[in-house]
Amino acid sequence: MKAYSIYISGVGGQGIIKTSVVIGEAAMKTGQEVVMSEIHGMAQRGGGVSTELKIGHAHSSIIADGTGDLLIAFEPLEALRALPKTSKNTHVVMNTSKILPFNIQASEHPYPPLEDILKEMNSKSKDVKALDAVKIATQAGHILSMNMVMLGAALTVPGFPLDKETLLDSMKANLPERTIPINTRAFEEGFATFR
Amino acid sequence: MNLKDILKGEEDDLLFLLGNEAAVRGAIEAGVKVAATYPGTPSSEIGDVLHLLAREAGIYFEFSINEKVALEVAAAAASSGVRSFTFMKHVGLNVASDSLMSAVYTGVRAGMVILTADDPSMFSSQNEQDSRHYARLANLPMLEPSNPQEVKDFILEAFQISEAYQIPVLLRTTTRVSHMRGIVKLGSIEEKPDKGFFKKDPERFVPVPATARVMHRKLVDKMERLGHAMEDSALNVEYAQNGNLGIITGSSAYNYCRDVVEEEELPVNILKIGFSHPFPEKKVLKFLQGVDRVLVAEEVDPIMEKEILVIIGKYGLKLEVNGKLDASLPMIYEYTPDIVCESIHNVFGLKNEKLMIQESDQPIPNRPPTLCPGCPHRAAYYGVNKAAENLGLADMIHPTDIGCYTLGVEAPYWSADYLLSMGSSIGTSCGFSKATTQPVVSFIGDSTFFHAGIPPLINAVHNKNRFVLVILDNRTTAMTGGQPHPGLPVDGLGNEAPEISIPAIVQAVGVEYMRIINPLNIKKSVKIFQEALEHPGVAVVISKHPCVLLKTRPRQGATQLVVDSQKCDDCGECLSTLACPALYQGEGQVKIDPQLCHKCNVCVQICPQGAIKGERLDKDREEKP
Repeated sequence: MKAYSIYISGVGGQGIIKTSVVIGEAAMKTGQEVVMSEIHGMAQRGGGVSTELKIGHAHSSIIADGTGDLLIAFEPLEALRALPKTSKNTHVVMNTSKILPFNIQASEHPYPPLEDILKEMNSKSKDVKALDAVKIATQAGHILSMNMVMLGAALTVPGFPLDKETLLDSMKANLPERTIPINTRAFEEGFATFR
Repeated sequence: MNLKDILKGEEDDLLFLLGNEAAVRGAIEAGVKVAATYPGTPSSEIGDVLHLLAREAGIYFEFSINEKVALEVAAAAASSGVRSFTFMKHVGLNVASDSLMSAVYTGVRAGMVILTADDPSMFSSQNEQDSRHYARLANLPMLEPSNPQEVKDFILEAFQISEAYQIPVLLRTTTRVSHMRGIVKLGSIEEKPDKGFFKKDPERFVPVPATARVMHRKLVDKMERLGHAMEDSALNVEYAQNGNLGIITGSSAYNYCRDVVEEEELPVNILKIGFSHPFPEKKVLKFLQGVDRVLVAEEVDPIMEKEILVIIGKYGLKLEVNGKLDASLPMIYEYTPDIVCESIHNVFGLKNEKLMIQESDQPIPNRPPTLCPGCPHRAAYYGVNKAAENLGLADMIHPTDIGCYTLGVEAPYWSADYLLSMGSSIGTSCGFSKATTQPVVSFIGDSTFFHAGIPPLINAVHNKNRFVLVILDNRTTAMTGGQPHPGLPVDGLGNEAPEISIPAIVQAVGVEYMRIINPLNIKKSVKIFQEALEHPGVAVVISKHPCVLLKTRPRQGATQLVVDSQKCDDCGECLSTLACPALYQGEGQVKIDPQLCHKCNVCVQICPQGAIKGERLDKDREEKP
């Protein structure tokens, strides 16, 4: 059986790699095979960041174009940029809170309106779960818990290969202890948004 | 996972490790007692993790001043009977190569492994060179793992080979292997001595012409023996499907090939080369004899492909070879599952169900990396450009160097005109100052200055050059994630260490004009840059301010920077000359994003209308009902 492929995209500093490690380790703990790819270095200075995960049997951690099962987009523009990894069968979880590229003033193309992004994502995927994860995270206690809001929301996607308890355990094993209450709250709020 | 588990994990434990983290576990299991590096992506995390664990693991670890020194530290340790490990990015191996060429002649007594991390597609590098050439150039064994488990296991194997044949072993990863995460099953930790004894043997360890001639003969014989013995290496594995089609591959490309063949159940045999130099001639020959057509899937240069063509020629085989040389696969850049999948289907004439690949219908603005909000380099660039403008200087040349500051190549800074390698800012400034009459202001970081900037600065003073060198001293090796360097009071083990003074070095070299500035103080730094530009010799300005990514917080206090809507006339000066990510065009005037603003106050100083100021946060609260 083909491995379950998750593509996570966003902007440096949003906690994407951490989120991916939480998912990957949770998969390992449940006895599943898992591989993951991450991009470090120059990409982190405000540039785009993406990770790729395959849960199940696979040798390469890179997702072939058009074969992603789930796209978790931490930023709307980065959802559009990830489209080649997706197909009409892909589930999408998308944060609606924008981060403008620093050079957007000088950019040839403007930042597209959110409605247009949502419309396009909807037309090219199985379904889109859109949420303002930044707002939810801030309400949960800290803007940086936004990645756990996204993870909680991703858990509601049909076919997601991990359960809530495993994910929460993995979160606790990977995040600083003092942040656990806020991150748990953020996770639960993300989960409750689509349950 | 806690990073300490990499040390504390027990045999048969499973950890979800990055390739680079698995390399650390491999070194620990192999009983490495001396490790040295200079940070470079994609190998940087190996050093970060060792920095954290070395003391507890009983390993001596250092961030050496550069890769050549790192290799020399490791070579001396291994020659004294202590297992050693050095690791670097591909271009770091260029720096280390001078000593590598001789270390292969002298050989070692305990195991010595050199990990080099190639960067196909150049995610964070200035070139795409293929380190496999070094195995041939220096004539030493090379291993190429494909995933984190193999990174760990191959390091153990490399130490065994190194010790058995008394020769350093090169282990090549790529970005996709170093930055791949996977499940790694831990092994047990070997106990090895942490102190050795250097038994003198000049005929072996001092390559002068008379001894080097003998050493070269011995090296060639040794590699021949090693090559024969490794013909049956378990690192070269065949996955047979009983067809007459074959793929020879290794490293990341193997992963892509294997996935395609398995998922589509294709009748294709795969030979995975994990021990790649000396090239396993007999094993490859046997594989070739069993197929009618072979696809060679390797990243960057067609090295295996040429080795295979040699075997085919030598043994008079009749079969078709496809790969880079006949454009069945692209000549450069990293492969992807899609590239490999398409090539396999094309070459073997297999039917491929083409997926419709969707992409955005609307144009997507780029999101390039940039200097962080509050980055002191931005202020330094502004200061230099302002000074040049004040003096009416045109056609200024900016040789630059390796670090975050290459981001100065972008508008509106235009502060990077020429770049070759680590330290090249100063060497090329010497050339520009002799070959042109243009003003030259070059930029180099603190860590890069230590790495390769000191000899060219001596060259500059001695040869009476005229240029301004700006040393961007942000108190860390920022680009690779913030590792310490000799200018800081801490060493690789996390112990206190003597801080080497950059100003003292500059003065000792004989630079007559040297000033230290806080780049965030715009008025003063512009004045100093003007003086430096008027100095008729080598002028050095040390622009000293810590990197904002160090664990320092933005200036505390209950204030935030705001734009006074009464005063701002929307001239755009701040956006067009500073381009700080925290500044953005609001409706009718500039705004500051408080989430991003680091309160460096540079924009406050440069606003022609004096419209940006600090505002007390509690004032805001008081006003609200």
